[in-house]
Amino acid sequence: MAFMHEMAAGMGGIRTAGDLVARMVMKGMKIDAAKEYVADKLGCSVFDLSDSARMKEIRESLDIGTVVLRPHASNGMAAKIKIAELLDIKIPSVELFMKQIGKSL
Amino acid sequence: MNDKYFTRMGDGEGVWMSKEQIREEVLAGMEDAVTKGKSQPMSSGDLDYLVEILTMPEKNVSVERGHEGITTYDAGTLKMAVRSGIPIDSSTALLIHERVLCSDTMEICNTDYSYKQIKNIVSEEAMAIERAQMNCIMPIFYGAMPNMGLYTKPDGPVDNWSELLPQGKVLEAMEAQEKAAALCTNDMVYICSIMAEAGACGIQFDTAGASGDADMLAALQASKILSQKYPDLSITIGMANEFTLGMHGRLKFEGEKLAGQYPAKQVKSVAAAGAHSYGPVINTNSSRSFAWNLSRSLTYVQEATRVATIPVLPNVGMGVGGIPLTNTSPTDCTSRTSKAMLEIGKADGL
Repeated sequence: MAFMHEMAAGMGGIRTAGDLVARMVMKGMKIDAAKEYVADKLGCSVFDLSDSARMKEIRESLDIGTVVLRPHASNGMAAKIKIAELLDIKIPSVELFMKQIGKSL
Repeated sequence: MNDKYFTRMGDGEGVWMSKEQIREEVLAGMEDAVTKGKSQPMSSGDLDYLVEILTMPEKNVSVERGHEGITTYDAGTLKMAVRSGIPIDSSTALLIHERVLCSDTMEICNTDYSYKQIKNIVSEEAMAIERAQMNCIMPIFYGAMPNMGLYTKPDGPVDNWSELLPQGKVLEAMEAQEKAAALCTNDMVYICSIMAEAGACGIQFDTAGASGDADMLAALQASKILSQKYPDLSITIGMANEFTLGMHGRLKFEGEKLAGQYPAKQVKSVAAAGAHSYGPVINTNSSRSFAWNLSRSLTYVQEATRVATIPVLPNVGMGVGGIPLTNTSPTDCTSRTSKAMLEIGKADGL
């Protein structure tokens, strides 16, 4: 059932900009404001955010993680460190990781 | 079959109805929410569009391009690794959601989905969060229910108000609930603090209010403390019901009485608690039609989104939000609910 909801109405996760928009909604932004914020940070249109072809190019160019893994491309924590910088937000797990390795963003 | 459309009842059984019958069901469902919940009725344009969605010939439907919202989960890692019996651990389930199903967010949780039960294994749960965050890109919540009933004897230290009330011991029942709410709040703050410090992106208080207004109060109090303690931690509160049951009856949060709150007031209490999103629950009546249930749910959700200052993410799982009360919801109903919740309900996601 959950997957049907995602296909019918979800943003598309890391296939598009779903994880990025979700991070802003999780800050308390309404969906339209969250989409505009992310589009502005990515330098694309709101329309592009749920276009998987366009977002694949954008995500690859920013190296913030894609569905299909590629050699030497960022993934997991490495991608999230870049996402925190890109969206100008604090991500708790990134903060913890940076503390563990004795660095700060 | 002229003017007959395949639709369903609230238990998922298929039925054929005329467009006029579907419209009547839609109007009756809306009227129920207007009468009981004091919601504003949907506009005639929204009603027409809802009937159009319900009578679309496609088996599955989706939102129009640009109307997508974000998806969140309750009982997140239970769905594949436990309920579906797939022999994987929760961190694998997270990655399947991220890389295969392309979920926007995901939730890690324990099989015994109540905060009190997590207290003994909180370190192991925190390690699971910490490990999972190394591999995941999408945001990860930790979630469970306040489930305040677990604080009653013999499982907990407090007298059971459901036994006290039939004996006419009203004051004793109220006092027991206040004690349980305080214990529940303390446990949730303790557990969620450890999850926050382990790097959880968010905390989910799911099925809040299941034991009534004191259960809701515990979630709100915990949210308020955690939101001040961890400003970067996202908090979402999902409800148990469209109506906060007044088991206590006199409890207030930030000056507002909790008993009897419907979604439009629940969302204000949730926002006042510092939470970042709110999940209304509107229970499905399995004896009524899918059209009746979806219309009723949308009327409540619209009322909440109309006044909300935070994102509204309606619960649309089994038996809530218009979804039929069956473990395997027919996808025709699931997808119509998704579409209607975002396009008519103006929800920010699910």
